[in-house]
Amino acid sequence: MADTLERVKKIIVERLDVDEAEVTLEASIKEDLGADSLDVVDLIMELEDEFELEIGDDEAAKISTVGDIVEYINKHN
Amino acid sequence: MLNGKTAVVTGGSRGIGRAIAITLAEAGADIVIFYAGNHTAAEETIQSVRETGRQGLALKVDVSDKEQVDAALKEVVSTFGRVDILVNNAGITRDNLLMRMKEDEWDQVIATNLKGAFLCTKAVIRPMLKQKGGRIINISSVVGVAGNPGQANYVAAKAGLIGLTKTTAKELASRGITVNAIAPGFIETDMTSVLDEALKEQMRSEIPLGYYGTPQDIAEAVKFLASDSGRYITGQTIHVDGGMVMN
Repeated sequence: MADTLERVKKIIVERLDVDEAEVTLEASIKEDLGADSLDVVDLIMELEDEFELEIGDDEAAKISTVGDIVEYINKHN
Repeated sequence: MLNGKTAVVTGGSRGIGRAIAITLAEAGADIVIFYAGNHTAAEETIQSVRETGRQGLALKVDVSDKEQVDAALKEVVSTFGRVDILVNNAGITRDNLLMRMKEDEWDQVIATNLKGAFLCTKAVIRPMLKQKGGRIINISSVVGVAGNPGQANYVAAKAGLIGLTKTTAKELASRGITVNAIAPGFIETDMTSVLDEALKEQMRSEIPLGYYGTPQDIAEAVKFLASDSGRYITGQTIHVDGGMVMN
């Protein structure tokens, strides 16, 4: 879990140009971290590459917080 | 000019699509054409592509079928490693006066000409986002802007492509992907050769330049938009029609 969070954090910090301290499990990717819809698509693609999994459009639509991402990855990896 | 790029041209076996495929190959791009059913024509196009020294691949794809489109794009990316240029050119006609037009004639034309562009565009966005750039060029028509009796289905699809172009351009601009439409006028192809002489003559009289266009005229505009020369143009409809429509 911790490891997943660290890897996700690193990608989010690079991708969205935010401070690492802002990337908490509760942080909303759009509202708190300032991502627009296309940023989210980009982010999901990068996560797919990093964790070697596929996140379908329907599942991606359900992801709103950093915690959602970590949970999804841990469940499917 | 386009060395190292990979271009996908739908409806690439004949007519305008064939000219686009060969012209982009001459400019240096490797070419994939999607074709509906004319295997011989598709092979001829690919043969011409290979004669330019570029790689060519013909895939039989029904562009209105999501599974076929997704599978074909996957094959393109696995073969060439990338896709830089998409030309949505596949189009059919089922002409009829609106009051006689069958639902089936409407559905078929919208499925190939409009939904096909939607599905192909959706399938290339992911690789283009990863590459941080791309060119999408939709082949519309002068009738999509001006209207044409007997072609309500075709005109609706071609006008729809212009709306699709503008919206996709706005959605993807921040990622370096440009999206434009080209609106050909009267171009001499198999599609227009079936029209009767009187109608052709009447159409010619409406062209300010006074002569029909060729598939090559369209291919040149596509090449321009696909190259670095066209990098600052997005969301536009370029009229290549001898002056038939002037905005």
